[in-house]
Amino acid sequence: MKNTSTPEKSQEKIQEKFNADRYVLIENVDMTFATKKGDFNALTNINLNIKEGEFVSIIGHSGCGKSTVLNLIAGLLQPSKGHLFCANREIAGPGPERAVVFQNHSLLPWLSCYENIFLAVERVFESESKAQLAARTHAALELVGLAHATDKRPNEISGGMKQRVGIARALAMEPKVLLLDEPFGALDALTRANLQDELMKIMVKSGCTAVMVTHDVDEAVLLSDRIVMMTNGPSATIGEVLTVDLARPRARLDLAEDKDYNHIRSEVLRFLYERHAKKAA
Amino acid sequence: MSAISMGKESLKAIMKSKNTIVSKGAVMTTSENKESNNTETMSNEITQKAVATVYQSNQFGIKAYGFLKGVLPPIFGLLMLLAIWTLISHQSPSLPGPLSTWHSAVELFSDPFYNNGPNDQGIGWNILFSLERVSLGFGMAALIGIPLGFIIGRFEFANRMASPVISLLRPVSPLAWLPIGLLVFKAANPAAIWVIFISAIWPMIINTAVGVSKVPQDYLNVAKVLNLSEWKVFTKILFPFALPYMMTGVRLSIGVAWLVIVAAEMLTGGVGIGFWVWDEWNNLNVEHIIIAIFIVGIVGLLLELSLTQLAKRFSYD
Repeated sequence: MKNTSTPEKSQEKIQEKFNADRYVLIENVDMTFATKKGDFNALTNINLNIKEGEFVSIIGHSGCGKSTVLNLIAGLLQPSKGHLFCANREIAGPGPERAVVFQNHSLLPWLSCYENIFLAVERVFESESKAQLAARTHAALELVGLAHATDKRPNEISGGMKQRVGIARALAMEPKVLLLDEPFGALDALTRANLQDELMKIMVKSGCTAVMVTHDVDEAVLLSDRIVMMTNGPSATIGEVLTVDLARPRARLDLAEDKDYNHIRSEVLRFLYERHAKKAA
Repeated sequence: MSAISMGKESLKAIMKSKNTIVSKGAVMTTSENKESNNTETMSNEITQKAVATVYQSNQFGIKAYGFLKGVLPPIFGLLMLLAIWTLISHQSPSLPGPLSTWHSAVELFSDPFYNNGPNDQGIGWNILFSLERVSLGFGMAALIGIPLGFIIGRFEFANRMASPVISLLRPVSPLAWLPIGLLVFKAANPAAIWVIFISAIWPMIINTAVGVSKVPQDYLNVAKVLNLSEWKVFTKILFPFALPYMMTGVRLSIGVAWLVIVAAEMLTGGVGIGFWVWDEWNNLNVEHIIIAIFIVGIVGLLLELSLTQLAKRFSYD
């Protein structure tokens, strides 16, 4: 792959462009879990390209395997069939370039907010000095507006603050891709709205690619560039991909009246409740 | 009982006095309303101070009441024990009553550290020698049992390997190990320590292993995403999470060790509380046997309490 002459250089540029358009690449992925009752086919034939810097939401009814898709990108699961790539390299396992914000924050309760983030920073930037690592940790706390909670332990702060520390921990690793697994699912509606607004600002600042799993239609439309809608499991697959071409920055209040916003919103709702309605369990 | 009713009475009185003072304050502030703000704030301050002092004495009353509520039932319980003991000792004259046991205990503890050769030493020495055996046996059990528990809890293979062995050996009576100890070590003292070791190790292995195996998958996923080294996983996730479980194991173990030492020393001899009991039985000094029962109980309680305190220090909630 060494390119020295000019025609090949332009070739490389094309290649780069190609890579930026297909930053995260999911190719013909099947996922089957071995259970006591036999094999369970969770996902079939998943194909998806995610561009660099794009914010993609995966939405679907519970049990449709949307978290499984996220865990596959994170490398926490290995696909039964097919391949996953990130930045042109096959995903072989979990790694700090694909940081995860977990649904239940997953902060270590015996460490302070600072120490929780430092644990991540220390591992990713091993070659840096203590002072540099400390600066990174403080910057991450600052970014999510929690400088005052530096020395607090997770059980001393509110649910929204915990989730913000979780986001800070993920962003402090300077990931190529940020994976969010129903990040605001456990929060009350008001806190959720606040954090969504903050996440939008943070994503503009960091400019990293993001994949978010959610079951909240408004959240998906507000935050995403594209919404991936999944059919119901078992053997779930991608039913439809919707592009959200609303201008950024987006303001929650303005959008409530916006025609395009409401159109996209009803599209998603129609997919979820008409075409792929889930029978009440 | 009179103490309780007195407490309630004084509480009522305090409530009354608080009411009057507060209402006086209110009257003062309303009557001086037209005067300058300065005096108003002053009178307010006075009211607040008065309320604060009354509140303090009020708090004292509540505390005293709570104290009595906490202390009286245990005292009644102990008195009941003494009453039953006295009753039985009246029925069977060979069993000494509380009073003669108390006199005997006072005499015994007046000189706890005398030394008249290996078979006749003060009660203090006996307790200390027993504690030494327990701490040696228990310490070795902790040194081996806790790391073993971590390995068993962390690796499924080790768990499957160890579980039949543990299930087989754990129910064995501690004293059944004594002959093996005597055979291998060819001396009584190491054999007694060996018995402590083998009976104290199981709770520590099992509880540590359970703690480690219960580490939530979420934390391990965090470790995977951060790509933490096995050492970091151990120090930052497994150890802090398993610590409370481990401390439970340690507490159970020290209880078992202290239970077993009396029986082991009865068989092996030497200086120690168990042998002392056996010796006094041979001398038909029943007061001393009863004293020994109390000593064993109190020392066991103290060991348990100190470890509970230690466990509290290590909990992160």
